Amino acid sequence: MKMLVRLAPFALALAATPALAEMPKGISHFKLDNGLEAVVIEDHRAPVVVQMVWYKIGSADEMPGKSGIAHYLEHLMFKGTDKLGPGELSKTVTANGGMDNAFTSYDYTAYFQRIAADRLPLVMEMEADRMQNLKIGEDDWKAERQVVLEERSQRTDSDPSAQFSEERSAVQFYNHPYGRPVIGWRQEMEGLTRDDAIAWYDAHYAPNDAVLIIAGDVTPEKAKELAEQYYGPIPAKPDATRKARPQEPEQRSARRMERSDPRVAQPVMIRTTLAPERNAGDQKTAAALSVLAELLAGSAQTSVLARDLVLTGKALYVDAGYDGLSVDPTTFGISMVPAPGVSNADAEAALDAALQKFLTDGPDAAQLERVKTQIQAARVYAQDSAHGRAYDYGQGLSIGLTIEDVNDWPDILGAVTADDIRAAAKLVLDSRASVTGWLLPEGAPQPGATAQPVSAQPGEVE
Amino acid sequence: MIRAFATFVFVALAALPARAIDIQQITSPGGIKAWLVEDHSIPFTAMTLMFKGGASLDAPDKRGAINLMTALLEEGSGDMNSVQFAEGVESLGAMARFDVSDDALVVSARALTENRDQAADLLRQALTDPRFDQDAVERVRAQVQSVIRSEATDPQSIASKELAKLAWGDHPYATSINGTAESVGQLTRDDLIDAKNRVLARDRVFVAASGDINAEDLGKLLDDVLGGLPATGSAPLPQPATLQLKGGVSVIDWDSPQTVVSFAQPGLPMDDPDYFAAFVADHILGGGGFSSRLMDQIREKRGLTYGVATGLSNGVYGETWQGGMASANEKVAEAVGLIRSEWDRFAKDGVTDKELTDAKTYLTGEYPLRFDGNGKIASILAGMQLIGLPADYVNTRNSKIEAVTAADVQRVSQRLLHSDQIRFVLVGRPEGIDATN
Repeated sequence: MKMLVRLAPFALALAATPALAEMPKGISHFKLDNGLEAVVIEDHRAPVVVQMVWYKIGSADEMPGKSGIAHYLEHLMFKGTDKLGPGELSKTVTANGGMDNAFTSYDYTAYFQRIAADRLPLVMEMEADRMQNLKIGEDDWKAERQVVLEERSQRTDSDPSAQFSEERSAVQFYNHPYGRPVIGWRQEMEGLTRDDAIAWYDAHYAPNDAVLIIAGDVTPEKAKELAEQYYGPIPAKPDATRKARPQEPEQRSARRMERSDPRVAQPVMIRTTLAPERNAGDQKTAAALSVLAELLAGSAQTSVLARDLVLTGKALYVDAGYDGLSVDPTTFGISMVPAPGVSNADAEAALDAALQKFLTDGPDAAQLERVKTQIQAARVYAQDSAHGRAYDYGQGLSIGLTIEDVNDWPDILGAVTADDIRAAAKLVLDSRASVTGWLLPEGAPQPGATAQPVSAQPGEVE
Repeated sequence: MIRAFATFVFVALAALPARAIDIQQITSPGGIKAWLVEDHSIPFTAMTLMFKGGASLDAPDKRGAINLMTALLEEGSGDMNSVQFAEGVESLGAMARFDVSDDALVVSARALTENRDQAADLLRQALTDPRFDQDAVERVRAQVQSVIRSEATDPQSIASKELAKLAWGDHPYATSINGTAESVGQLTRDDLIDAKNRVLARDRVFVAASGDINAEDLGKLLDDVLGGLPATGSAPLPQPATLQLKGGVSVIDWDSPQTVVSFAQPGLPMDDPDYFAAFVADHILGGGGFSSRLMDQIREKRGLTYGVATGLSNGVYGETWQGGMASANEKVAEAVGLIRSEWDRFAKDGVTDKELTDAKTYLTGEYPLRFDGNGKIASILAGMQLIGLPADYVNTRNSKIEAVTAADVQRVSQRLLHSDQIRFVLVGRPEGIDATN
């Protein structure tokens, strides 16, 4: 439909400003006595502030049989406290010209508000209130369970590629809870109760299990004063922090799966391989994997797979994805839509040949140089969005990185060498720990029909 | 039960401490006008160019030509093929996106101060001297055709396209900017050159920049980037569209547990005296996210949907009041019934003082939050020019919202909100609701 103005997205994933030992300009942090860790990101260009509270608890911490409880509770967190009626927090934010929302992932659950800077005390007071005083009314929890079931219908059950993604994760992760969807399996969601939600809240929502990010038009001194005032009195819960999860056993055989659906327009292949994540003090391999994804498919014209597969007419699209911001090992993903007239088998063979060639030849020096240039430029552009940087620090700290790890990440990316990339490529491109999935139209593949490539990285649920 | 914190009480209609955005209106030595917001705190500049008319300037029988042409602007120009051009942009750490909609062809560019002139030169080359090489044309054509086929199996796209078809008659708004697989398949290189000449011209471009650049340097840059374009486009700008929409229900069968719903009824243009009253009304009715009446009735109270939203959709050439949601097949009839009853209740009973106050506080408070980055500022300022707003609109807009009274809201609601004028398009297997004519 018609849009008033078309707004182009300016989002950028790479973060922060230079500096190794000291804090980057405009970034500061502190910790309250009750264990709440806070990061302040100053940006005084506009009178706007973002508050985010990230709880270090997510769907991968759920007990078997209760999948979806982390996300369901996220919804119920809007149902009020002793002082706030159901929905009143959001209505209050809105009535003060701000917006708010929340999202849940495997490793964290986060709540945020974006509002005029002079309203920061208001949103901090309300967020602190629901950290300890949640009340869920009898009428609210059943209707909200219907809402999350409708959300599942909309996001997953109406979309064959989302259904396929969920099943691929289950096949990739036999033992680790990353194999369960964040939103939950439908039959388990249908059985979730208010008692389940309250038990989850009581066990995990505490200042010592949370990260507070304040970004925008605020000074560190003011942010700390307000944090002490509102969050300081909340007692810590010694047992709130997450427990170790079951880990994947060694995968010895490559796994394959296939699904046909009449709602799929053209074949798409998605292959994921188990890959290491970013860890505190140990981000070098993750940085090399990030650069590897850029080299393989970061550009529609100049990347390795674009040149070998798209420009040669074997594929319509290729993509590669890696996001190391997870608590436990994650995946490196590659996806491809074959070109019309190219069989699935031929396209996959061409992809394998291109990857094999990269394993043999290593990265092209000029291409690596250009990717490094883009990484440096991204550091400059990232300063344009305090909200974006709030995500970087919130996500990093919630998965167990230190603030120094987040600060150092752009430098570690910039220091990746050709040898690092060769080693990283061997790790994920020459691995048996893979799942290769083909999502197909019903009946014979129709030459010319198509789907957009599907992101290999699982997303967040709001 | 609602008990408020003491701090929740704010002065009604408190204006934000809006740090005034200083918009400079400049004219380059070559006569190109632009709006500029200087901010030297980060060493880069964001620039947005909007070429009015966009894909609605497609020639008859050449639907999809401007969209395909737009996608090819980054696929080779001057003496560079597509790979060489991309390498050039990457080696500067610059960015240029080329997008097109019904109303404008939009170029969003970003460059570091240290090599801004080189980046501008690549942009000039892309806009004035694209190559449309055969291999690039065939590759991108196949990608566009794949998008067309993908959209044909996406219930949201199916619903939007059907609604546009019912709404806009012979106007280009009625059909997809992508064209059809057939129309795109027949486009020639000459068609792409003609498409470029229709839209990429100095008489229809609007320019905004924000960041580390001063007026003099921006003027020189614009003469470099745009000076080589034709003074006038080869096609006249599109005519206004006439809304053909009739109230009722369309059902498109789709095998899914949920029905996707798109709906629309007549809207009003931005220069209508009651536009801002309608804007406030929409916020209370369905535009205001979690705080809207529709969200409260359909999601919060009954759990019938994950989300429902409405909005005034004002294009350059036509406007509707529209909305959308998705709901389980067995529940969608109830949800549609609630939209209708809330629509009529709104027209009949109007709004409470609290609803009005809250809506105005949100709408005025939210506005300055949009201007928090060079990229966003450039995009907003170019869009304002495209739809004909003056630069001081950023300062006057909130007072127009604050002036809206409950009587204004009621008047415009009684004039416009009639549930029997809503056309619903349902894509799914809805139960208990039938298609009408």
